[in-house]
Amino acid sequence: MKEEIRLMKGNEAFAHAAIRYGCDGYFGYPITPQSEVLETLAELRPWESTGMVVLQAESELAAINMVYGGAGTGKAVMTSSSSPGISLMMEGISYIAASSLPTLILNVMRGGPGLGTIQPSQADYFQATKGGGHGDYHLIVLAPSSVQEMVDFVGLGFDLAFKYTNPVMILADGIVGQMMEKVQLPEQRPRRTDEEIRKQCPWAADGRKNGRKRNVITSLELESSKMEVINDMLQERYRTIERDECRWEEIGVEDADYIMVAFGTVARICDKARELAAEEGIKVGIIRPITLWPFPTEAVAKAAAGKKGALVVELNAGQMIEDVRLAVHDSLPVEHFGRLGGIIPSPNEIVDALKNKIINR
Amino acid sequence: MNIEEIIKEENKVYCKPELLEQVHMHYCPGCSHGVIHKLLAEVIAEMGLTDRTVGVSPVGCAVFAYNYIDVDWIEAAHGRAPAVATAASRLYPENVVFTYQGDGDMSAIGTAESIHAANRGENIVMIFVNNAIYGMTGGQMAPTTLIGQKTATTPYGRRVDLNGHPLEITNLMAILDGTCYVTRQAVHTPAAVRKTKAALKKAFENALAKKGTSVVEVVATCNSGWKLSPEMANKWMEENMFPKYPLGDLKNI
Repeated sequence: MKEEIRLMKGNEAFAHAAIRYGCDGYFGYPITPQSEVLETLAELRPWESTGMVVLQAESELAAINMVYGGAGTGKAVMTSSSSPGISLMMEGISYIAASSLPTLILNVMRGGPGLGTIQPSQADYFQATKGGGHGDYHLIVLAPSSVQEMVDFVGLGFDLAFKYTNPVMILADGIVGQMMEKVQLPEQRPRRTDEEIRKQCPWAADGRKNGRKRNVITSLELESSKMEVINDMLQERYRTIERDECRWEEIGVEDADYIMVAFGTVARICDKARELAAEEGIKVGIIRPITLWPFPTEAVAKAAAGKKGALVVELNAGQMIEDVRLAVHDSLPVEHFGRLGGIIPSPNEIVDALKNKIINR
Repeated sequence: MNIEEIIKEENKVYCKPELLEQVHMHYCPGCSHGVIHKLLAEVIAEMGLTDRTVGVSPVGCAVFAYNYIDVDWIEAAHGRAPAVATAASRLYPENVVFTYQGDGDMSAIGTAESIHAANRGENIVMIFVNNAIYGMTGGQMAPTTLIGQKTATTPYGRRVDLNGHPLEITNLMAILDGTCYVTRQAVHTPAAVRKTKAALKKAFENALAKKGTSVVEVVATCNSGWKLSPEMANKWMEENMFPKYPLGDLKNI
């Protein structure tokens, strides 16, 4: 398949991107608002073209453990779900992180808590970036703001996952999953051969090929002194990722008096708010963290330096704002504006919030 | 004739399987796991599958199975071994993937994964060691614990009104269209050991032939958990376990 431009939903584009990246397997369970991922894969039948395995599991619990097993063999495997389903996967995600397995997990967030709503939300920020499952681990978390990034982050996500042997989560809000946009799909990449996988993943449990020593994928170590060493190794990796992999986007930050901090599609609503504010003579810039973990702490601090205030806009009750405050300390006023329960704020609401909470405070 | 003259290759009638590691097992003396591990190691080597086998170990007494049998392993979360094996098998169809699960793993916390993997007819081998008790955590009730059986969480004996009925999950497996071979064996006598080995071999052959899911239940002792000597545990198993969990093939197609 050649590179092509199409109009499609973020969820559909994600499925196309997975096949074109050369993904080896997808295991998932239907849940709104991301079921189009599995539906699109089933429609495209990649097992007949690239040989990619696609399987509807009996639960999210089974799906994430299929991902654990598949990743344990060195194959590039993924799953997708939405908030309640991701909660159910958390045990498996902790195992995957502890076992240092490269995987890609898509969360198309809906409003919670509990069964919540099927409308868009960003309320799983804490869960994705601060743990979610048990133990000291981190996912690399990418937040797409467009259908194009839903596609691009499949490749970026797998590349990072294999580079660091660490699970990667794409934390998308329900808007980007359901929204249709023009998108450029990359050319089909061949799946790695078994020989290439063995070279890239000498740790993989794919059967003791060529008489090598056995490989064991496990997260268990009962001896405390050894378990501490394993934890230290993980923490060292996390520090490297924090140093080298922060990603963000800035819009009009340099000339601005104020900044807005937002991730995912909310950053695009903020961009419209920025235009409206400019018409009133208010100069506001935007910084959009692309990696939510590692959080671009220095970039946010730099963007905020010398500004009169920062408004953090999220589809939650105030989650990323904690990382923003840690980044800027008390150097400027930092306030939050969020809508809950699946409500998406209008650009005008955001301008009003900027005025009420920051400018006229 | 002195001892050196007797110890010769041509006189050898038995040796430790080459795939069984030279390490101390953590299993209690008298436990059935050691024998089952030995049989697995023999079957895999004899069938020439050392470089094509991936084992999935459970949470339970056999969690460290990967330390004993010299093949690739993936250690699964409690109950999830069949899901892990599903992916490992589908992504490497030329490999043979087996799960090794206890009664908690197979018939309590992992019931859904076990039933659905078998119902999909995954080309895997599921080894189910049923000793009617949770050994690793200190002898609590399992779904397969017999009525009247005393455990740490049924100190006065299991009661139907409090704890429900013993779960015969292997019988459930046998009615699923995805399974091709479902059998219940034991390892308490030399004859039973030979039968279990033959059953394991058949199960691995089925996986190679892509016939679907094979389930080999091994009714086993937990003399520590049962608080019996190994000898008495075997006797108790014959008298109490076998009537509820009779040995033999439940399905063989």
